[in-house]
Amino acid sequence: MQIQIDLNAVARCRKSAAAIADPVQAFVERHSTVSVERSILRLLGVDGVGPNDTPVPNVIVESLDAAELAAGVAIPFGRALVETGLEPRELGERLANGGAVLAQFKSVSQEAARRAIIASARAAFDRILARRGERNDLMHERPQLPPPLLYMIVASGNIYEDRTAAVAAAEAGAQIIAVIRSTGQSLLDFVPYGPTTEGFGGTYATQANFAIVREALDEASRRLGRYVMLTNYASGLCMPEIAAMAALERLDMLLNDSMYGILFRDINMKRTFVDQHFSRKLNAASGIIINTGEDNYLTTADAVEQAPAVLASQFINEELAHRAGMPGRQIGLGDAYEIDPNLEDGFLFEVAQAQLARQIFPDSPLKYMPPTKHMTGDIFKGHLIDAMFNLTSVMTGQTIHLCGILTEAIHTPFLGDRALSLENARYVMRTARHFGDDVIPKPGGRIERRAADVLSECEVLLERVAARGLMASIKAGVFADVKRSPDGGRGFDGVFERAPDYWNPFEELLS
Amino acid sequence: MIKPYGDTLDDGKVQLSFTLPVPWSEAADEAARQLVVKMGFADVQVAEGRAIAENFSFFVVYAATPQSIDFESLAVPSVKTHKMSMEEIDALLEERVGRRVRVAGACIGTDAHTVGIDAILNMKGYQGDYGLERYKMFETFNLGSQVSVEDLVRFTKEKKIDALLASQVVTQKGSDVKNFTALVELLEADGLRDNVILCCGGPRMTSLLATELGYDAGFGRGTLPSEVAAFIATRMPHRAG
Repeated sequence: MQIQIDLNAVARCRKSAAAIADPVQAFVERHSTVSVERSILRLLGVDGVGPNDTPVPNVIVESLDAAELAAGVAIPFGRALVETGLEPRELGERLANGGAVLAQFKSVSQEAARRAIIASARAAFDRILARRGERNDLMHERPQLPPPLLYMIVASGNIYEDRTAAVAAAEAGAQIIAVIRSTGQSLLDFVPYGPTTEGFGGTYATQANFAIVREALDEASRRLGRYVMLTNYASGLCMPEIAAMAALERLDMLLNDSMYGILFRDINMKRTFVDQHFSRKLNAASGIIINTGEDNYLTTADAVEQAPAVLASQFINEELAHRAGMPGRQIGLGDAYEIDPNLEDGFLFEVAQAQLARQIFPDSPLKYMPPTKHMTGDIFKGHLIDAMFNLTSVMTGQTIHLCGILTEAIHTPFLGDRALSLENARYVMRTARHFGDDVIPKPGGRIERRAADVLSECEVLLERVAARGLMASIKAGVFADVKRSPDGGRGFDGVFERAPDYWNPFEELLS
Repeated sequence: MIKPYGDTLDDGKVQLSFTLPVPWSEAADEAARQLVVKMGFADVQVAEGRAIAENFSFFVVYAATPQSIDFESLAVPSVKTHKMSMEEIDALLEERVGRRVRVAGACIGTDAHTVGIDAILNMKGYQGDYGLERYKMFETFNLGSQVSVEDLVRFTKEKKIDALLASQVVTQKGSDVKNFTALVELLEADGLRDNVILCCGGPRMTSLLATELGYDAGFGRGTLPSEVAAFIATRMPHRAG
């Protein structure tokens, strides 16, 4: 399917997005965060927990005073590596258990420390590349079914139940499995450790949990003859750490948005901008596809009104991801099917928006979210709305398709609910597989006019944000009617200015 | 007395669907049938039985229940007041209370989903119905997500809150009920329970559940801000004198 869109307007939107990204990028390059520093330690091999179950990377970063931290954790940790001769993991445990403090190794030269860290960092980088190569090989041997890739969530709070549900969903046709996180994990300033057996509304993202589901899905992939992807959430206060863990455990996708946490979780904007950048650099290297969170604009406000904001956010997410070295094929921009089912021609508006994104971001594996806001206890109606969503997705060539579930408004999906949802999607996508190839929306008709309106309003919005600056615009409530101040929100105390001798060993490797 | 209606009065027909953790086979169909008979149903027909994964089968079953309910004898509270506009509510409060009513709302416990409380409190509201922030006669405090019940009770005391809205979107394993109960208990322990109009909200909330939990009202999915506003306005005590 093709609709007429004003390509000059698209070019102007991209220019505005670049102007919006410039000052953000300048800020990012002058700062780091505690989460970035902890992810450096995790990449070097530090793991485990110390007293009170505090993760070792947290204990080490917290042991540095502000002046020391401003130069980064790498050099002090490198000095300790040289002096003790320990491997990073053992050294981390010793530091966490009080067997040593970083301050005692100050006599080791900076050069020696740097050499020790570079050796470990290269090894870590090679591990990431090896996992990426492994994914490429597996996907080559066992190709996925054609897109839209059916994406299914599991969320029991117990990783072993999640594993069962994940395998059952894969058998029922799911091609991507997401383990929903325990509610509130985005607001924790640490990553929990070990396998989870009790969570609320989901299961903690931990490296152990990643490995458990990865192994089960690899086994299912072998049996089914098609590669089943695994995804999680690099959002909240620990974006770079989750990205590091995901790279090491060969996750295939991560939710990773440049503004979601700011707007919808009240996480400090400076923290988020710095964290999203480093996490995306890691994702670029590990070959992980990011999913952005534009669907959230639609669940909290009117979907027809918010359409230009969705497109504007897609442009900004794309630009910031490019700045972190991500190619278009790894940037899964988000959208959702959330227009009020009582609105006449709402379906046409949905097609317009989905097709607009498809044409503006041709390389992006677009992520399409199902209806949630207008789902009710009437599961029969819900199943019908989901079918219209499925049709929109296949006819506009969306890539990552989050299957809508008829019991969305009632409970965390039952195993049977997921199977019904997958059957719905498979039926609609089979029966209408090439519909989009064979229809041409009427030139100047309702779909084209709607797409043109959304694009032109988006252009105005981006110009306004570029003129005012992104941080000031968020402060003024331009996005989703939510106002956030640059120094407010959670996690601001974990942002710091880099000293002139600041060093992050992975920045060079990842560039 | 009433029974479910299929196509004839009192036929008692219901539909059920469920999953059994076994690979599908004729025996699985029979297991589904016997299970529904054990539930007390008669005339059980397994309309559909099939595999939905290697080790799971799904069933659609029609059956008739012998049970009935004495509808006339039921007493169910309803908090729905007659529909009032924002202007009417402001006018009512101006006349009856004569000062701005202080309303605090929060997503309690570990719940980070503020969509419900935001829809009620934020200026913009929900489905074209303005939120309480927009009312002249409400002073609102949206405390956001993951507010501990201790913090909420402390805030209620400090700010002399008139109406408290507690929200829980996540309902898995009854976490909502636990948190709602903890809030009531703490308010009672602090002697504050009778000083506030206490409301709870969430996707599964009903008036009946709210009453059982010790709340003045409960608001479920699809609630408009004006419904909450009208409830508060009609429950606010008249000003002295």
